[in-house]
Amino acid sequence: MKQQIIDSKVNPNATGEADDCLFEYLHAELVNYVLSKSSNTAEGEEELSRLEWMGFSVGYRIIERLTREWSRFKDELDMIKFICTDFWSSLYHKQIDNLRTNHHGVYVLQDNAFRLLDKVGTSNSKQYLKESPRLLAFTCGLLRGSLANLGIISTVTAETTTLPSCKFHVQVQKI
Amino acid sequence: MSRTGTKLDAKKVNSELFTLTYGALVAQLIKDYENVEDANKQLERMGYNIGIRLIEDFLARTGSGRCYDFRDTAEKIQSGFKIFLGITPSITNWSPAGDEFSLCFETNPLTEFVELPDNCSNLKYCNILTGVLRGACEMVQMEIACWFVQDQLKNDNITELRVKFVKRLEDAIPAGED
Repeated sequence: MKQQIIDSKVNPNATGEADDCLFEYLHAELVNYVLSKSSNTAEGEEELSRLEWMGFSVGYRIIERLTREWSRFKDELDMIKFICTDFWSSLYHKQIDNLRTNHHGVYVLQDNAFRLLDKVGTSNSKQYLKESPRLLAFTCGLLRGSLANLGIISTVTAETTTLPSCKFHVQVQKI
Repeated sequence: MSRTGTKLDAKKVNSELFTLTYGALVAQLIKDYENVEDANKQLERMGYNIGIRLIEDFLARTGSGRCYDFRDTAEKIQSGFKIFLGITPSITNWSPAGDEFSLCFETNPLTEFVELPDNCSNLKYCNILTGVLRGACEMVQMEIACWFVQDQLKNDNITELRVKFVKRLEDAIPAGED
């Protein structure tokens, strides 16, 4: 499949481009805030549901604005493809690198250099692996919210083995 | 693969992502604190954390040196808004002593899509900005105070942010050096 690449970094001097780093700083503060409010569970897992919920509400709203002038999607796969290409490249500067599906409602979206992990530590290091779920919870919610407003009820989880690459697992719930 | 739909504008999307994320944060704070004053304080604190980092971006991008006086500072703050939010607030209402000025915003990307419900009338929705300014100025050895005088969300014509110079912070001298 040939895909068009929208490279938003063509002109780094353009105005408005700097909005980017604001989102990154704000996201960092969200994570900080949620951590300060949450108590660790017995297994040492952090309570990140607030972050996920914020992502959900952002995703639910933003997709409505983005798809307003878009032609109707054919099917579920078409929506997921939209998420992987246009949606992702507008939000995170690059497309999803790999999309896998079992054609029964499970999709795996792999990003080899996820924007929010890209500047964390040196690449391929395991130093901050433990902290990475914090940086992914918001985006999981964002995906879930976006899909929800497109009419797909799902659960989204994220997985990292080496930074800065990560996989988002989307499990569609059949009604 | 071709689509008949319009292409997404990455810049616009990014700015909307920022606006909506900020909105989600404010909503969460109000839910968590159940007290608008505490939410205001938390927003300021978060802004401060952002400001102390954002100043590095600003200095790296503009290559600007130290400010000669507070008027110079005002102009640099103005250009900071241009760079980061794409807006140019006007600088007005200088105090006679030249230590206080106002930034007036006709539009504000943070408040796009926002309406305040009645029970949040004390909420300073954009309070994060005051924190950002305070944090950024502190990193260049300047203590300022900053607050909102007018707010479009509260039916004022413009949003006015008042900035007051408090004092110069002195460089700490490393131990053992005179």
